Amino acid sequence: MTARLPGHTASNLSPVSAPALLQVDNLSLEYRTAQRVVRATHQVSFEVDKADRFVLLGPSGCGKSTLLKAVAGFIEPREGAIRLQGQPVHGPGPDRIVVFQEFDQLPPWKTVRQNVMFPLLASGTLKRAEAEQRALHYLDKVGLAAFADAYPHTLSGGMKARVAIARALAMQPKILLMDEPFAALDALTRRKMQEELLLLWEEVRFTLLFVTHSIEEALVVGNRILLLSPHPGRVRAEIHSHQYDLHSLGAADFQASARRIHRLLFDDDAAAEQDAALDFTDIRIAY
Amino acid sequence: MTTSAPAPRQEYEVTLEPLLSVPLERELPLGQRLWQQGWLRKSLILILLALAWEAVARYQGNDLLLPSFLQTAAALYDGLLSGELPAKVGVSLVVLLKGYLLGIVLAFGLTSLAVSTQIGRDLLSSLTSMFNPLPAIALLPLALLWFGLGDNSLIFVLVHSVLWALALNTYAGFMGVSETLRMAGRNYGLRGLRLVVHILIPAALPSILSGLKIGWAFAWRTLIAAELVFGATSGKGGLGWYIFQNRNELYTDKVFAGLAVVILIGLLVESLVFNTLERVTVRRWGMQR
Repeated sequence: MTARLPGHTASNLSPVSAPALLQVDNLSLEYRTAQRVVRATHQVSFEVDKADRFVLLGPSGCGKSTLLKAVAGFIEPREGAIRLQGQPVHGPGPDRIVVFQEFDQLPPWKTVRQNVMFPLLASGTLKRAEAEQRALHYLDKVGLAAFADAYPHTLSGGMKARVAIARALAMQPKILLMDEPFAALDALTRRKMQEELLLLWEEVRFTLLFVTHSIEEALVVGNRILLLSPHPGRVRAEIHSHQYDLHSLGAADFQASARRIHRLLFDDDAAAEQDAALDFTDIRIAY
Repeated sequence: MTTSAPAPRQEYEVTLEPLLSVPLERELPLGQRLWQQGWLRKSLILILLALAWEAVARYQGNDLLLPSFLQTAAALYDGLLSGELPAKVGVSLVVLLKGYLLGIVLAFGLTSLAVSTQIGRDLLSSLTSMFNPLPAIALLPLALLWFGLGDNSLIFVLVHSVLWALALNTYAGFMGVSETLRMAGRNYGLRGLRLVVHILIPAALPSILSGLKIGWAFAWRTLIAAELVFGATSGKGGLGWYIFQNRNELYTDKVFAGLAVVILIGLLVESLVFNTLERVTVRRWGMQR
């Protein structure tokens, strides 16, 4: 089924029948408003392997961000379970670092360097000197070594996003969680950030769980895409997109995949007949 | 009827040479640069006010009711030189700082309790809505009864005047910290007091600073008023007592000199302590203009 991509580091998974890195099993999530309890996702299951770039894609209201927050540990599941390397997830922790969409995720009272060092020190992962070294290493990777002593308010939106990514990578988390990290950027910067993220992945081979509402971004960034239906979020399909990158934008097969996703997300069964004729090798429809 | 199609525009490309003929940045004129200096603008305002005061006093021509700026300045100079005023100021400031610091400690305790527990939140909101409108000076008779004639009763009313304003501001600041920043902190494993220290306090610093400023002003006023109304409660007597005594003896210029010292200390603390604090923290971090 899923071709497993090679991991970049010596993994400590057992060589026999390596389980998925992240297992989300029949997960139902609810959130509370003053008046009622709203079901955000209903019995969602998926598995993320090491070095996957797994994308959660769906229209607004499909609970994809809620799902990501649950994996991060900010929301307790109503039913089902989340397991990271076989261990159930309880509460937030530094083994799952989140990159948020908002620019204010960087404490404004810390310089860029201190921001990247902050989680390393706060979680007690490294001593100050080592943390500084590692912070500079990852700042260099995202091309911001020259801005190490700048305060976040002096940076542009794209640079802030880069700092947040460097900060997350410096923690070397088991899984990197990104919640529409580029949604607040302008189109050109977003394109550039997608490119840089893919380059970083080529280099570091981290495991990524990425939330977006853009079909194009999902196809470019991800190697596997989980489509979610809205109100409440349920799994609609899983699609493979490892063959696409930024250079496939506009290509015929890329457009076909984008159209297929669009159809799966928006008009339920209308085009099911034609669908059969299309290439089904890399698509699994879940019911 | 038919409009002729517009002539097609030509496409073109321009090869750009480095721009050297025009300077890319230039300095503002000296006048504008000086005008950017806050202290210069404020000094100008003070000079204008002093001039207006001098003019009105001379027009009035009654030293007993309104001594002129120069007479007040002379009285102030004499008072400072004789060591009488500095001694009084010292007495007042020592009491003031004791009350102020105690108020800050209590306010942080109360707010930390309020952010961590529901009952703490209820306690804070009930206490502030009850006691914040209560003038501190109204508690002085009671304080005198409980703590006797001395520093302790003054410190009690000072704590009362600082505590509620600061706690209210700090709590509002904590509540205003963005959810993203909180989640980021929790993501790195910060909880409880460490979350308060590493995330909430720095993120709420603009509100905390404004609370500290308000608290300082409240405390200063309360102290002077207490000394004025109840005289030398602490035995030695501070600045308020100096003003009160001189009014009794109709040294109006000394009364004005005492008031001027109150104002000057206020200005000094505002511009030296709080402005410096703001400059090295919230303004440097881009949290406040």
